[in-house]
Amino acid sequence: MGIPLDQVLIQTINGVVTGMILALVASGLTLIFGIMDVVNFAHGELFMLGAYVGVLTLAATGNFWVALIAATVVIAVLGAIIYLTTLRPLIGRDPLTTILATFGVSLVLQNYALWQFGPVAQKIQEPITASFTLFYLDYPYYRLAIAVLAGVIMGGLWLFLKYGTYGIWIRATTQDRVMAQAMGIPVPWVLTAVFAIGSGMAAASGVLFGPMVGVNSQMGTSWVLRAFIVVVVGGMGSLGGSMAAAIFISMLEAYASIWVSPAQAVIVSFVVLILTLLFRPTGLFVPTPK
Amino acid sequence: MSSRRVIVYWVSFAAIVALLAVAPLVLPEFWRRFLTEILIWGLLAMSSDILIGYTGMVSFGHSAFFGLGMYGAAAALLTTNPPNLWAALLYGLLMAAGVAAFVAYFSTRLRDIYFAITTLIFSQIFYVIIFTSTAWTGGENGVNFRRPALAIAHLFSIRFTPAVLHWFVLAIAVLSYLLLRRITQSPFGMVLQSIRENEARTRAVGYPVERYKIVAVMLSGIFAGLAGVLYALQNQFAAPDFVFFVVSGEVVIYNVVGGIGTLVGPVVGAAFFLLLRELFSRFFTEFYLIPLGMIFIAIVIFMPRGLLGFARRWLNG
Repeated sequence: MGIPLDQVLIQTINGVVTGMILALVASGLTLIFGIMDVVNFAHGELFMLGAYVGVLTLAATGNFWVALIAATVVIAVLGAIIYLTTLRPLIGRDPLTTILATFGVSLVLQNYALWQFGPVAQKIQEPITASFTLFYLDYPYYRLAIAVLAGVIMGGLWLFLKYGTYGIWIRATTQDRVMAQAMGIPVPWVLTAVFAIGSGMAAASGVLFGPMVGVNSQMGTSWVLRAFIVVVVGGMGSLGGSMAAAIFISMLEAYASIWVSPAQAVIVSFVVLILTLLFRPTGLFVPTPK
Repeated sequence: MSSRRVIVYWVSFAAIVALLAVAPLVLPEFWRRFLTEILIWGLLAMSSDILIGYTGMVSFGHSAFFGLGMYGAAAALLTTNPPNLWAALLYGLLMAAGVAAFVAYFSTRLRDIYFAITTLIFSQIFYVIIFTSTAWTGGENGVNFRRPALAIAHLFSIRFTPAVLHWFVLAIAVLSYLLLRRITQSPFGMVLQSIRENEARTRAVGYPVERYKIVAVMLSGIFAGLAGVLYALQNQFAAPDFVFFVVSGEVVIYNVVGGIGTLVGPVVGAAFFLLLRELFSRFFTEFYLIPLGMIFIAIVIFMPRGLLGFARRWLNG
């Protein structure tokens, strides 16, 4: 059996595109985990609600880019509210309680979406409808645009963390919460802002991904699971590691789906996870800890 | 524990078991079935308490053990003719134990949140495998099978009427409780609790912590599989939905709501949660999870020890 070269090329592109979205979801998750030790189980629901806000704004304004920005802002505010009401009271308790609280949040949000928007999937119209010919496929330009946009958002986040004043506050809080507080950084607000930024990123990825599949209340679940795998494989709390792991895993899954059904291709990422846990439990894409 | 408290404990224990045993004779069919389900979910939650409450490891993968126990029972009931109860128990427990050994080997290398996420992802592996192997498991549709008779070799054989099934489930749940309680009070259980309190010190004292953890996960998995077998007997049906991680999440909810580290707490949590679900589903139809989720969040924040947390020492005495 020869390797079908055209399929390999198509799947490479597919892998990079889904990898970039996954990286965007996972970097929000890992940002929240790395900075405040919160495992956000509701991340997939924020992704899903972001897509729904996108659907609503698109219907109201007809402009995809307005919808993208509106969804990001609305879900960021929602994230801040969730943080203030359910997570802030848990500061100082076992980090595991945050899993429980956010699991409860995810139940509420998922069923709220089902209640408000019904079980039928809704469609987001893609802003770029042109496509080009890739072997025998009409490959939409929009998919490439997603990858570029996700890259731009993550690049922006990186620049913000590296050079922005508030970004430096965030990094200082990560390194030493008590010392940051002593230096006059308003740590509680930094934590709220980080949760809001992570939520906003999830919402943005939801809107970007919306046109590729329908928007429904279950769509967050599969993403949050894959994002968890990515975060563990990439090294918990490492932003660069998460991005690298997201693209790595998505490409492996894309290649696997040449031979098996996409549902079974997911098992590849599970195997990667098991091997990672066995040989490098701290993550594949981070320097070896001393 | 003073002798008077021992007496109070066993008298109340006997009274509750007696009430549960009489229940099917007086309750209408719907509530009889409801009570049996509470016992089964309670047993599942109790099995998980060994990890959450006593060893300090939160497992988000109990749906895998539960589901595999269910599919193991299904395999036995479909291949034996007439369907054999003991084969179902044996297959279910073997499947659950096998899966638990596999999961334990990998996941006990990690702790805290990492353990929780790893067990979650492992349960999803089994979900995907069961969901996609349509030839063996019926995929999304699940499998139906017949209920076996309660028979011991050639000595006697009776049909599982609803009441007999309830007593059978009650007997297994009570025996499991006594066994698990004994285990938590044994030297082995003490080591588990010292792992929860201070893992580094337990290792320094010389206990092979990893091995204890693996045994704890397997023990917990086997009892979860037992609950799976019982559920298969009750519903004559196995479906991939029960392997989905949301079931594991609900098990953790039962534990937290009822009070971890008490064994009885998770059963109370299951009863409380299932009753509320029944109540809310009458007012909110299928959106009952919205108020339930909120109550759960409130309990996590305001009652970290759960409903029975106040009685923790007494129950373990």
